[in-house]
Amino acid sequence: MAVAMRSVQRTRRIKLQVFRIIVFALAAVFFLIPLAAMVEFSTRGINGERTLEYWTSIVQYPDMIKAIIASVQLALITSVAMLVLLVPTMVWVRLKLPQLSRIVEFVCLLPLTIPAIVLVTGLFPMYIWLGTNVSDSILTLAFAYVVLVLPYCYRAIDAGLGAIDVKTLSEAARSLGASWLTVMWRVIVPNISNAILNATLLSVALVLGEYTVANVLLYSNLQVELVHLGRANAGVSIAVAVASLMFAFVLLVGIAFVGGRRRRTQSEAVTNLGKGPVQGSAG
Amino acid sequence: MTVAGTPAVATRVGRPLLGGRRFSLDWVGVLPFFAYVGIFLLLPTAVVGIGAFFNADGSFTLDNYAHLSRSYVFKATITTTLLSLVTALGGAFFGALLAYAIVTGNPHGMLRRLVVSASGVLAQFGGVTLAFAFIASIGSAGFVYLFAQSHGFDYYAHGIWLFELSGVALVYLYFQIPLMVLVFLPALDGIKPQWREATESLGGNTWHYWRYIAGPILFPSFIGAVLLLFANSFSAYATVNALINQGSPVLSQQIAAAISSEVGAAEPGFAKAIAIEMIVIVTVVTILYTLLQRRTARWL
Repeated sequence: MAVAMRSVQRTRRIKLQVFRIIVFALAAVFFLIPLAAMVEFSTRGINGERTLEYWTSIVQYPDMIKAIIASVQLALITSVAMLVLLVPTMVWVRLKLPQLSRIVEFVCLLPLTIPAIVLVTGLFPMYIWLGTNVSDSILTLAFAYVVLVLPYCYRAIDAGLGAIDVKTLSEAARSLGASWLTVMWRVIVPNISNAILNATLLSVALVLGEYTVANVLLYSNLQVELVHLGRANAGVSIAVAVASLMFAFVLLVGIAFVGGRRRRTQSEAVTNLGKGPVQGSAG
Repeated sequence: MTVAGTPAVATRVGRPLLGGRRFSLDWVGVLPFFAYVGIFLLLPTAVVGIGAFFNADGSFTLDNYAHLSRSYVFKATITTTLLSLVTALGGAFFGALLAYAIVTGNPHGMLRRLVVSASGVLAQFGGVTLAFAFIASIGSAGFVYLFAQSHGFDYYAHGIWLFELSGVALVYLYFQIPLMVLVFLPALDGIKPQWREATESLGGNTWHYWRYIAGPILFPSFIGAVLLLFANSFSAYATVNALINQGSPVLSQQIAAAISSEVGAAEPGFAKAIAIEMIVIVTVVTILYTLLQRRTARWL
């Protein structure tokens, strides 16, 4: 009986291994070939030789350079604005207004259920007003981007604040005479530096990949320019695309490893872009 | 800026003066946040909700909603629903297989971490880039096509379907499968090996285990994931817009076209009505997803 049981288990384990190998092999084919193809395509020479011509000629497209700079600036502005808006508010709600925490959570997660294309429909008249009365700089997109990154950053920071005792820490600091600014900057922020880093990397990645809002509002950010240039010079466009994708990989894989180094048990939640239901935003 | 200083401001005036006033002054600390989301999240949503009832002259009308019955909007709704359904089911199926292959391995292994992080990138990062990846690989100048063609297999013999809806569906799978992996892994992690052992000690085989134990437990979670993937496809815009630039086969493109038409026939009110249609569908799907997720939580 026991012998029969063991042999059944062994065949099952072999079957499982075969299943796993097949699945991983197919997944590798489906996911790695398009990525490899981008590298291959962007290094193609005239007679089948390898060349970096497409890569080096990126600098000859001033519109592309401008778009890259704009997207990087937007990523920085969005991250800073998001942190300045979110971290003090979330700390304050935990300390003083716990009855508001559900409302803040609801509002922060709201953009997940409002498709970007719907949000931009409502933003369109506002941006026309903004463009004529305040500024029509592409950097004004940061106002909308802070909203887009809100759910992801909320989760990351919420996970960070949940792991420390905000109340005790700040009461201890306050009783030693620290001002609220000192409490924030010297006590809370260093303790949730991991979460802050996660939220920042996430928003940088999301902003660099953003297309919908910029395209509808007729601003030329990195992704809009990629599509635009792709119709004229696919090679250069794909070179920039693969570079931006690799950059996002490095950023987001970085999150996994930063998260994993400090708190092993929480690393999964952090790589899953915060706790709670996951949501995609690629399309 | 103003936000950073807020807690300090709130403290200076918030020291206990009178019980009632202290309570009200605490609220100053959350004012910047609510002001911001009020202007850039709630106001645009309200603009869509209210604007859908007004025409270009600013007078009240229900015409925008009546226009939803235009044949091309109706067609786009059907197309978007079908596209979302197919990519949700396909993504969920293949994603579930991949998630199961991951979960049966080492929970702290390198492979799992790598797949999970890569899934995060592909599910979150721009759809434009993903469209380009497919143009570079299976597009008419991509090496996969050139290789297949030189071996007598011309898969574009009947037209370059990469730039049609079937191509869009294929590229959607490129972010739907990773999203499924992220959504479904926690559910699979909740399955206990003891359940399998219990089935066996009671004389059940693999089929019994999946049919009566794991299947029913995972089913709500699977359907919930399908709904989430459906909503994800339904609201997607970047990928399809990068691949298809003629006609506007999906709803998100219809909205964009109605906001700022290149031929000068912009219909902002109509755009908002389509946006409302989209948000109603996505919200219904998301609510169902949340309900299913709650049901799953009972067991996992």
